[in-house]
Amino acid sequence: MEMITLTIDGKFVEVEKNTTILKAARTVGIEIPTLCYFQLKDMEIENRPGGCRICVVEVLGRRNLAPACCTAVSPGMEVKTHSIRVLNARRTVLELILSDHPAECLTCAKSGNCELQKMAHQLGVREIPFQGAQSTYRKDTSPAIIRDIDKCIMCRRCEMMCNDVQTVGALSAINRGFMAVVAPAFEMNLEKSPCTYCGQCVSVCPTGALTEVDHSRNVVNALADPAKTVVVQTAPAVRAALGEEFDLEPGTLVTGKMVAALRRLGFDYVFDTDFAADLTIMEEGSELLNRLARYLKGDKTVKLPMLTSCCPGWVNFFEYNFPELRDIPSTAKSPQQMFGPIAKEYFAKKLGIDRRNMIVVSIMPCLAKKYECQREEFKINGDPDVNYSLSTRELAQLIKQANIDFNVLQAEKFDQPLGESTGAGVIFGTTGGVIEAACRTAYELHTEKKLKKLEFKELRGFEGIRHATIDFDGLPINIGIAHGLGNARKLLEDIKSGKSDFHAIEIMACPGGCIGGGGQPYHHGDSAILQKRAAAIYKEDEGKTIRKSHENPFIIALYKEFLGKPLGEKSHHLLHTKYFDRSASVLVDE
Amino acid sequence: MAKIKLSERKTEELKEVCRTFRNEKGELINVLHKAQGIFGYLPAEVQELIAKELNVSVAHVYGVVTFYSFFTMVPKGEHPISICLGTACYVRGAEKVLDEFKRILKVQVGEVSADGKFSLSCLRCVGACGLAPVVMVGDKVYGRVSPEGVRDIIAEYGN
Repeated sequence: MEMITLTIDGKFVEVEKNTTILKAARTVGIEIPTLCYFQLKDMEIENRPGGCRICVVEVLGRRNLAPACCTAVSPGMEVKTHSIRVLNARRTVLELILSDHPAECLTCAKSGNCELQKMAHQLGVREIPFQGAQSTYRKDTSPAIIRDIDKCIMCRRCEMMCNDVQTVGALSAINRGFMAVVAPAFEMNLEKSPCTYCGQCVSVCPTGALTEVDHSRNVVNALADPAKTVVVQTAPAVRAALGEEFDLEPGTLVTGKMVAALRRLGFDYVFDTDFAADLTIMEEGSELLNRLARYLKGDKTVKLPMLTSCCPGWVNFFEYNFPELRDIPSTAKSPQQMFGPIAKEYFAKKLGIDRRNMIVVSIMPCLAKKYECQREEFKINGDPDVNYSLSTRELAQLIKQANIDFNVLQAEKFDQPLGESTGAGVIFGTTGGVIEAACRTAYELHTEKKLKKLEFKELRGFEGIRHATIDFDGLPINIGIAHGLGNARKLLEDIKSGKSDFHAIEIMACPGGCIGGGGQPYHHGDSAILQKRAAAIYKEDEGKTIRKSHENPFIIALYKEFLGKPLGEKSHHLLHTKYFDRSASVLVDE
Repeated sequence: MAKIKLSERKTEELKEVCRTFRNEKGELINVLHKAQGIFGYLPAEVQELIAKELNVSVAHVYGVVTFYSFFTMVPKGEHPISICLGTACYVRGAEKVLDEFKRILKVQVGEVSADGKFSLSCLRCVGACGLAPVVMVGDKVYGRVSPEGVRDIIAEYGN
């Protein structure tokens, strides 16, 4: 590789050819400020439209200032990143952006996490000298995401995520000049677009233009109502990220503190979605074995590969884009939606209370879960199985509001019977985890032998599409894994054209799986944070005594006492669902 | 947005256009030009069809349509009226001519008259500056148009 030598702020730098000034500067500890630029290194995700001009630098011999994020280095280049000319230009650029931005920091949902606010602070902006027109646009509220486009700075990160990474295509820059906004086709509301509510646009938005629908007030009200028994379930990925909201090192496991905090918030029962994840494995794993057995017997009608169905963003994606393949995914509900009916149809009855007096709250790393729990098929006579789904961020907010010093909390344990889970349930939180959990159970149920080694390391990692063949005692099972909907689309196109030889595929909508979900603490483009969260998940698994779903004593008891057997009649009724063709519903507006 | 049904013949014609451009994403602008030629404008249904044929998102197609001022989502009238606002026409009073058309037809630029007969648009220079101010109705060019002559032009088309 050809190396290039240059100086940045008087320091000698040697970097590979085609490196940008921005990246070259980072190698010598010079952090040029950026706003529209965004990168998730390990995922090969990069946004550099060169639009905001915050990163301009002075290059000796060049007439105008150069945007560092998209200018390549050249031999002998002399770069100044904080000359008076640069500082003046950078400040003017920021002041102009701010002049078309509502000064609502006090009440903005993104306050404290806003990159524009941080930039104004960093550059010491104390007044906005430009008094021009402000662009305005109607606020758009969907079941999961709010678009407040007045706060948009046209960085186009969301557009990059929605189109290039997720291939959802709900958002695009429309109109031109001052009238330009990022919006769905025909400026319809997000709800009418092919949006999957994966929330990746929210997770990269630098400002408050895209945020989640906040249900925390509803939860506070339910907790204050003595007539309600309020039950909470927490998803696996939450415990690996919640600590970040309390300044703990990313990757710090806070399972016990989280349980303690939820109890102090007043939840009557603190349960674990991981329990429902174990239940998902029982149903989904059995379904896979059932399909494989029929396939091996020569049944031509059996649908393979079987696709996982625990990710609601992914479910929305195939209902919109591949409705003809909707009989391929497992019919098993997601863990969130399995937990709901078990809480309201089994646990509530055990307590002797009416299901309407039980409020089920879920804490999720996800925004699509907000939509999922509102689906009609997950309600009985209008009463949802899961009432409210809060993001990891919303939970952190509730904890802070309740004057709980999170970091001094002593670890507490989940309540029983819906709080006991295995290591298999925990690893649902990261890409590859669901299929690894399924393999642990399916292998043992199929071969009737004990696994010598529980870790399927070949299924782990951050590569977008992975595959491995697992030997089920002479029966080779081809496993595929995709995270990020763009990667999922590739595998689906292969299935459609008959090129796929997988038996089972795990799909997660968000890059990294749930640890990188749209409801997690903001990572601001630091992919090391995602790696640390994944490591934490695997660590939690390692520390569990029971690490296979079918060995969870409370799961065994639940089947014995209530459900019967996996794929049985009661399971079918409570734990399985069906999918819809939503392709036509997109863009049709009455 | 009410759904309109595209005629089968025109739909086939548009699909054929996409095929001529090998259904390539990069040919979107060319396809939109041809589509506007076929339909006179680019309604949502046409954009959806193009998105499907070229395998791009509808939002992207809409983004391109709204970026370029030549593309329109408003149907043209039976007799599309274009008023030149190029420099030569402008200094010779084209704006007053435009105002007269707006007043008589009760439409704004980019709109269609209630009876669907006339639509009003502006353009920049038709290369007949010697005849300024210039107005076009369909393919017919009118030169040295005065505000007083506007009513006569409209009357030619039975109004």
